[in-house]
Parts: sequence; structure tokens; C-alpha cells
Amino acid sequence: MSLDPATVRRIARLARIGIDESDLQALQGELNGILGWIEQLNEVDIDGVEPMVGTGHAALRMRDDMVTDGDARDAVLSNAPDAAGPFYTVPKVVE
Amino acid sequence: MSYVIEGRTGPWELVVGLEVHAQVISQSKLFSGASASYGGEPNTHVSLVDAGFPGMLPVINRECVAQAIRTGLGLEARINLESRFDRKNYFYADLPTGYQISQFTHPIVGEGAVEIELADGSIRTIGITRLHLEQDAGKSMHDQDPTRSFIDLNRAGVALMEIVSEPDIRTPEEAGAYLRKLRMILRYLGTCDGNMEEGSMRADVNVSVRKAGEPFRTRCEIKNVNSIRYVMQAIEIEAARQVEIWESGGSVDQETRLFDPARGETRSLRSKEDAHDYRYFPDPDLLPLVVEEAWVESLASFLPELPDAKRQRFQTEYGIPRYDAGVLVAEQATADFYETVARGRDPRLAANWVIGDFFAALNRTGRTIQDSPITADGLGGMLDLITDGTINGKIAKEVFEDMLETGESAAAVVERRGLRQVTDTGAIDAAVQSVLAANQDKLAEYRAGKDKLFGFFVGQVMKAMAGKGNPALVNEALKKVL
Repeated sequence: MSLDPATVRRIARLARIGIDESDLQALQGELNGILGWIEQLNEVDIDGVEPMVGTGHAALRMRDDMVTDGDARDAVLSNAPDAAGPFYTVPKVVE
Repeated sequence: MSYVIEGRTGPWELVVGLEVHAQVISQSKLFSGASASYGGEPNTHVSLVDAGFPGMLPVINRECVAQAIRTGLGLEARINLESRFDRKNYFYADLPTGYQISQFTHPIVGEGAVEIELADGSIRTIGITRLHLEQDAGKSMHDQDPTRSFIDLNRAGVALMEIVSEPDIRTPEEAGAYLRKLRMILRYLGTCDGNMEEGSMRADVNVSVRKAGEPFRTRCEIKNVNSIRYVMQAIEIEAARQVEIWESGGSVDQETRLFDPARGETRSLRSKEDAHDYRYFPDPDLLPLVVEEAWVESLASFLPELPDAKRQRFQTEYGIPRYDAGVLVAEQATADFYETVARGRDPRLAANWVIGDFFAALNRTGRTIQDSPITADGLGGMLDLITDGTINGKIAKEVFEDMLETGESAAAVVERRGLRQVTDTGAIDAAVQSVLAANQDKLAEYRAGKDKLFGFFVGQVMKAMAGKGNPALVNEALKKVL
């Protein structure tokens, strides 16, 4: 698998990372290098092997349906760069 | 019922599938212990998990899983004993983590079916593709400030069930019937309140058109339509738009659109052009969700009787028509009310009164079954008086209106106003005689063969007796004399 420059540009946009055209070629090379490295996994024969989702055979632990958290607006907003009263704010996003 | 869009090149068929987002009824959120209740001061129902703080880990709420399973069972769907959670990645200000935890490749509920009934009495089955659990996002407000959007995360992380239908819907009416039926099932199950105004049930509508016999053509998705009426309108408008494009030689682009009810149009949401590129991957914070068969069985054993089963039972147990039974089971509270009235009484008489005068009275007074001044026992008491001959059907309507106003029992109203039916044949005969004496001309016409006048005489006698005559006895007395 190898990525063309258009795909690299698209991935960057989806990840909201601004890149210069001049960096495109270098990034393409790096990403293709990573993909090529991962693709070595395809050499392993996994026919008949159950997918492994974690170490040990654990299943998801569930909690009871009780309100045990929240009501901590100050903590929640403590890192907000531009809170207004009880709200977070962001530069206006309008559809 | 067939629905075709007549284009310049001939008829077109409509193809619709619905994705319904139903907010799960639970105390706390899907992956955090913050309150899931509606309202609340901004950002007070938020934990650090919901706000996407670093290092916070999700822990799943057992009740939300149970609600999804109950819903799956109610939709006669397969329950997947093992399911997984994936991250659906996109950037939006009301999604602090930059991803929504959802289920992509392995949903908790698989294929099912919903039966819908249409106005012409026909029945169709709409397939359910899947139901999965996911998190809701927060809320953005754009009208508070000229340059900023305000964000409230109270809703962020509340559990949603996304219920996806097969593209089996062929008319706007079917879409409406499907949504109403789905909402009814969810309400019976107690898994979602189905309140579309408050946004606890919302629909994404997938629409395409095709010529008869063709495979599917490109579809458009109309996002977040929040009433059944709007869903039906949006389908009609979008289908007409697509027919116009195909017929003028263009082709429909697969895209996300928005329905604007004020302008009666759908518009492209260009901001969502990457909307389908979510780069899903398994959430590394969450192990597979494994549920025990025994737990599913125990949830199944506690399910309430669902609308279809209840309607069937009403038909056989009470001998009422399918249509009436359908009306009575539309809301669980109505069905319970009816059963209290019908128990130990004439079930058809009970159905007629509940569907007829009682519903009309609720509509007229703007009351609901919960705060109705006439209780089920109260209405039942009135029916008892009809059955035992204390009042006749006509007087019963008067008694009913009085009960509605005063909240008194039927017996009390009858006593207070002296409405007891007259069964004394002497009094009835006397009334008959005076009516005949006063209407010699009509009497002559009747005797000359104008049979229809019999009804006139019955009416006059009842009037003379202030409506309180026993109708059977009045008829009998008249027949004897005439």
C-alpha cells in the first residue's frame, strides 16, 4: 500500500493539521515507510486464530446506573481558555 | 398503497431508509457517572470523562446495555452476545474528545422487524438492520454572542440507541407509520420517552428514487429531522428534487442535506462533505462487551406486553374490532384505562365510550388521561347504570358531561338531577296518548302507510318524557297503540 500526495493532503485535513505543499513529499515518504513496516504483519498466517482484543480473557466490566459524578462545573471549566459564565466558548461555528 | 412520482419520463419509485437516534432512559450517562437527566444548569451534568480530560477512562453503564437489549427484543431482533465499541472520529466543538464512542463493525443488536399498519388497513413489515449504542454530543449555541459559540456538555455522553432500518420504506406515509410504531414500542418498553420536540428521538432520512425494477440509485441523507410530519415532508421534497435532477440529465451526488421546513426545501450541508470519512477504529479503552445469555433471557421475561400482542389480545379477549383495538393500545395508559373500564362489563360498550365520548372530552378540555376528571372506575360506574337500566344511552351522555364538569360519580349525578329512566309503563302509556292526541294529522298519515313516521313518534314521546323514557318500553307501547 502506498499513499499518493492527494491522500496525504486529505488525511491532514481530516486531522485538522495544516501542512505546507513543500512538506508533502517528505510526509508521504514517512507515512509510506510506516505503512510498509506495519504491512510486515500480513506475513503472519492467522487462519483460524480468534482476534485477540487484549491480554488475558477479559470482558468489559459494567457499572451500576447511579449518578456518582458531575456537578463540578468549576473543575470542568478550569482549563477552558475563554469560558463565559457557565459555558465553554469557541470561535463561532455556524452551519 | 403505491406511491409514484410522476416525472416527465414516467413514474419513479421512492426508496427510504431511516436512522433513528433514540435517547436511552437511564439515570447516568453511558460511560460516566454524570446525570443523564434533561435540563439542568449548563455544564453541571458533566464529569471529566465527558469533558475529554486526559487520562479519563470510560466505564460502561449496565442499565444502558439492558435498555438496548430490551429494545432489541421488542424489535424481534437478534441480540449479539458479543459486541464492540469503536471510535468515530470527527472534529466539532461540542465533541470534546474528537471522537464519539459508537459501535461500527459489531453492534449489540442485529436484524429485526417492525410491522406497520397503513390507513387503507394494509400491513407491511419494515426490516431493522441493526441497533447500536453510542454517545450523544453536547449542545452548541450560536446566538448568544456575535463572535463566539457557547458550548454546554450536559448532553455529551448520554446514551443513544441508533436504530437503522432497511431501505424498505416506499412512501412518506410508511415512514410516518414506521416512526410512530417505533416510538410506541420504545415507550411501552420504557427505553426511550420518544419525545421528538425535546430531541430525545431524532431521525436521519436516507432518500433515493429509481424506476421500477432498477437497483438502488445514489441516496442523500437528510440529517436530524425532528418531527414525524417533517420527515414525511422532507422525503416528498427531496424525492421530487432527485427526479428533477435525473430527468434533466444530471446525477445525484451522495451528500448530507438539511431540511428547511420554512422554505420547503432541502439544502446541501457543505460543511459535512467529509462527514462519511470517520476513520473508525476499535476503542482501545474498551474491551468487548460480552453479555450472558441468561441475562438476556431474564430481561426478556420482564418485558411488558407490547402493542401488537396487546392489540391481538384485545381483539380476542374483548371481541372488539382491530381498528378499535389499535386505537386503544396506541398509548399504554389508554390501554390500561380501557381494561379497567371493560373488566367485568360489556367490552364493546366500554370501547365505544372510551374511544368516542371520553377521547372527545379529553380533546375538548385539553386534558390527558392522567388528569382526567373522569376516572376509569368512574366511567365504568356509569356504564353499570346503563347496563342495569337505570339510565338510557341518551341520558348517559348528559350524565357524562355532568361528571366531566363536577367530577361526581354517575350515581350521584343521576340522583341529584333525577335522571333515572322511567320504566313505569303507566307513565309511558300516558305520554304516548298525549303525543298521539297532539299529532292527529301524522297519525292519519302513518295509518295510511307512511311507516317512517314511527321514528317521529318515538322522538316525540321521549321529548315529552324529558328523554328519560326507557327506549325499549317506549317502542313497545307505541307499537301496541299504532
